[in-house]
Amino acid sequence: MIRSVIVMNTEGKPRFAKFYDFQPIEKQQELIRSVYGVLCSRAENVSNFVEAESIFGSDSRLVYKHFATLYFVLVFNSSENELAMLDLIQGPTLSVFVETLDKCFKNVCELDLVFNYSKMHSILDEIISGGQVLETSSSEVMKAVEEISKLETASNSINFVSKTVSGWRG
Amino acid sequence: MEQLKTIGRELAMGSQGGFGQSKEFLDLIKSIGEARSKAEEERIIIHEMETLKRRLTDPDIPKRKMKEYIIRLVYVEMLGHDASFGYIHAVKMTHDDNLLLKRTGYLAVTLFLNEDHDLIILIVNTIQKDLKSDNYLIVCAALNAVCRLINEETIPAVLPQVVELLGHSKEAVRKKAIMALHRFHQKSPSSISHLLSNFRKRLCDNDPGVMGATLCPLFDLITTDVHSYKDLVVSFVSILKQVAERRLPKSYDYHQMPAPFIQIKLLKILALLGAGDKQASEHMYTVVGDIFKKCDPLSNIGNAVLYQSICCVSSIYPNLKLLEAAADVISRFLKSDSHNLKYMGIDALGRLIKLSPDIAEQHQLAVIDCMEDPDDTLKRKTFELLYTMTKSTNVEVIVDRMIEYMISITDHHYKTYIASRCVKLAEEFAPNNHWFIQTINKVFEHAGDLVNIKVAHDLMRLIAEGFREDGDTVDSELRSSAVESYLRIIGNPKLPSAFLQVICWVLGEYGTADGKYSASYIAGKLCDVAEAYSNDESVKAYAVTALMKVYAFEKMSGRTVDILPECQSLIEELSASNSTDLQQRAYELQATIGLDAEAVGNIMPADASCEDIEIDKDLPFLNSYVQRSLENGAQPYIPESQRNRMDDISAIKSLDQRETVSHGLRFEAYELPKPPVPTSIPPISPAISAELVPVPEPYHPRETHQSTSEPSVSDDGASQVKLRLDGVQKKWGRPTYSSSPGSSVSTSTPTQKAVNGVSQVDNTSTVSSKPTSYASRTPEPEISLEKQKLAASLFGGSSKPEKRAPSAAHKTPKTHHGANKVHAAKTTVVPPEVPPPDLLDLGEATVTSSAPSIDPFMQLEGLLDESQVLSTENSKAVGPNKEPDFMDLFYGTTLSGQGSNFVDLLSSNKDDLDFTSEMSKVAAKTGQGETIVSNSAQFSKGPNVKASLEKDAVVRQMGVNPTSQNPNLFKDLLG
Repeated sequence: MIRSVIVMNTEGKPRFAKFYDFQPIEKQQELIRSVYGVLCSRAENVSNFVEAESIFGSDSRLVYKHFATLYFVLVFNSSENELAMLDLIQGPTLSVFVETLDKCFKNVCELDLVFNYSKMHSILDEIISGGQVLETSSSEVMKAVEEISKLETASNSINFVSKTVSGWRG
Repeated sequence: MEQLKTIGRELAMGSQGGFGQSKEFLDLIKSIGEARSKAEEERIIIHEMETLKRRLTDPDIPKRKMKEYIIRLVYVEMLGHDASFGYIHAVKMTHDDNLLLKRTGYLAVTLFLNEDHDLIILIVNTIQKDLKSDNYLIVCAALNAVCRLINEETIPAVLPQVVELLGHSKEAVRKKAIMALHRFHQKSPSSISHLLSNFRKRLCDNDPGVMGATLCPLFDLITTDVHSYKDLVVSFVSILKQVAERRLPKSYDYHQMPAPFIQIKLLKILALLGAGDKQASEHMYTVVGDIFKKCDPLSNIGNAVLYQSICCVSSIYPNLKLLEAAADVISRFLKSDSHNLKYMGIDALGRLIKLSPDIAEQHQLAVIDCMEDPDDTLKRKTFELLYTMTKSTNVEVIVDRMIEYMISITDHHYKTYIASRCVKLAEEFAPNNHWFIQTINKVFEHAGDLVNIKVAHDLMRLIAEGFREDGDTVDSELRSSAVESYLRIIGNPKLPSAFLQVICWVLGEYGTADGKYSASYIAGKLCDVAEAYSNDESVKAYAVTALMKVYAFEKMSGRTVDILPECQSLIEELSASNSTDLQQRAYELQATIGLDAEAVGNIMPADASCEDIEIDKDLPFLNSYVQRSLENGAQPYIPESQRNRMDDISAIKSLDQRETVSHGLRFEAYELPKPPVPTSIPPISPAISAELVPVPEPYHPRETHQSTSEPSVSDDGASQVKLRLDGVQKKWGRPTYSSSPGSSVSTSTPTQKAVNGVSQVDNTSTVSSKPTSYASRTPEPEISLEKQKLAASLFGGSSKPEKRAPSAAHKTPKTHHGANKVHAAKTTVVPPEVPPPDLLDLGEATVTSSAPSIDPFMQLEGLLDESQVLSTENSKAVGPNKEPDFMDLFYGTTLSGQGSNFVDLLSSNKDDLDFTSEMSKVAAKTGQGETIVSNSAQFSKGPNVKASLEKDAVVRQMGVNPTSQNPNLFKDLLG
């Protein structure tokens, strides 16, 4: 089971955090801080796995991916395959971010995550549900997100995502 | 992938093009992004929160604004600030008809609330409604919320709808419904136990996504109960086969791999189903073999599937061909440049090694490389592997490496873990004791505070016992090397406490044994330790006891003992210490130094820490005595476990008609303030104590009361003292005392009883030589057994009982009581005495019979049971109170009848025992202060007749006469 998905920048500021078992805010902050403490002390060119038992309790592992100014972190237990988890953050989740990052300046990229906060959650909810990897076909994920956007636009008089959606249709 | 890129681009553009968000939000995010300090960020957020609080209370916010505010709340909370003031608005938003707003509302509540939050009740209704919605997106949003927000109590409210949704026409809905059910199962397996068949049905869903989702709950179910799902083996195998053969739609391909996540899940399930089941495993061989062949070894996800296949192969019934394939993959992983693959390779190797141990040898070098890798994760994984590979042949290398690594890390959690592993391996595979000691020393030196204290005791025991079979030379070499290494280490700053304790013990015990180091050298080192770690009482205690040993050995060998000035000042300092334990030790040390060589030799026999104590728990030699007593009308012994308070009462009734014991009486007794920890009372025989030690006297009056009921019993020797002290306010005990006793003389009233019951020791000293009293003080047999174990583990079987007990006799002139006691301990000696372990058995009925003529003691007998209950409540106080006695003893003032107490203290003196810890442990374990006494009583076993006779002579010289009430015993004693 996946316990949490965290995105933070290289200064330790959280940019996106989702915990699949409820954690009070203070605890969330503490966890994020501890994860950052571990990640920032890791050298480059080492493995992407970290034992996280001292942070998240027994039977927990952590996979992270450092990209530009961001860390993408996935915390899960031993019932998940570490390599597959690494691929999960590199794959569907990250590619969205990565594409965004490509387009922007460093700082704005991080901001994008926040601006598209609800969209990021929609995407993640398609991939992971209740801590389980539900859908790993990226095209299926995209289809779902696209469909949500369409319907939202259709049902929405406040049409403030139209621009985006028209882009997708094209 | 193309689409993903598109959405990414769109997102990027969105942020620049406004994307519906207000300038305000944009500025907020920017300013936070640019905030240079935590304080600045805080300020911005607090300002933002105030703005949001103000705006949200405005009744006419446009909906679109509202949505943005909620998102801003989520953002604020992610940054670690409490946004609970806005939760209700998020809840309200879930009620909105607009899809976008509703979804935002659901998103916010799933992030804000936990399943037990008060606001959930407001959402459940909305969820119920939304689950029935025509719009599948609303249903999906509601199902997402269900996964997160429904707890055990609210499951029934949504369960019917969720089950219905399993048949929804949209696969996205079916998927989420399965996940919701899975979540219910995790939260409360019983709530959906009747619905488990649905998972099997969904396994056959047309949509591969739904099928894949079903594997998640099935995996959990199979983990808990393999046997109910064995019938699915064939289905799983055929699904895996289809997936591996690319029968799924192209859209499930991922990096050219067909549905890898589904393959991984299936392989995990097969691993469970095939474990130890040859028949089931045979179905799997072909498909797993195919996967090995087909997997793309270049992509990450391909390797993930390969790794999972290895896990599967190592779990199911072994197949040679598959094992070979797995070994090939592992060697490729290990040779790879990628740390991730190496990591997986090490992990897989650890799994496979259980089946084919030879495989490790091919990869020796790779494993060593991984161990030396700068990557911590990889290192740890490697140590994990090495731990499983350790044999007696390689233990030295592995443990050396582990310790090296342990020293280098700072993470306490892992340091503790690896230290315990080192100790475990060393204990299990140590090639020789010398190595073991060096290894454990290292572990202690670097992680001593993190290691279980038991390891320290084991180490002491090992040094003490050595290799028995190798003879004494080897042992003494071992000890010398230990001493030498400790003398080297001792100067290091900041050694952990447990390690220092070991060092002190070893130096005390063996520091001067080989004559290499002078006593003053060792003593100087010990004083340095006590000084350097002056905050650590247990280290100081160990150091003082070690000093005592060093000087005692010096003395015994006939050399003159010069107390170092620093040692002298240490003793002085500790004599005034706040810790009674340290005080006691300091006084002991002084007293020991003052004795002559022979006495010292008996107190502190050299190298006797391993001498065994034999305890004959059945006490067969007493049988005739017991029989005689029974014939004389004594009550048979009822084991503690079979007694309860009611029994006690009735027993007392039957024993003494005058006593009208009622419940009321009992309650009154318990209401009294806590007793002054009976055992702690100085065991001073009245006559002498009257002259020398005024303090303990207060106890005697009570005694008098007790005996007043049967005047003939009163102790002649003590009578004068008692008379003088009658009515004196008790110093240690309950203030009630002075008032109550005077009045109640002839009958034992409830209060008086309580007094009697409480003052066990008092009783003991009156009746001193009577077995009754000793017996009455013993805890249950189980406890004493437990104690033995505790003692064994604590002190590594190093107690030196035989020699100590007699030495006690030498040391302090003992009264006949003491003599009796020690005498009693001897198995060779006459029946009337109850031997040590039993001496302390509280309320042992058989013993009562020894003094059949004396009714009050029988009363006491009953009362003591009660008093024990009282004293148990008090056990904590026992320790501290005990020590004063001991000092008294050392001043030679105590010619007491409380042999047990006395010996106990002596033994604590000589032993390596950490007295305090012993006390606290015992207290914690048994909740009964008295157990300590029982322990010591065991130590005191086996003195020789001569010693006790000598003692008796001393007593007589001192003018103490046997008390009138135990002439028989005295006769026995003298043979």
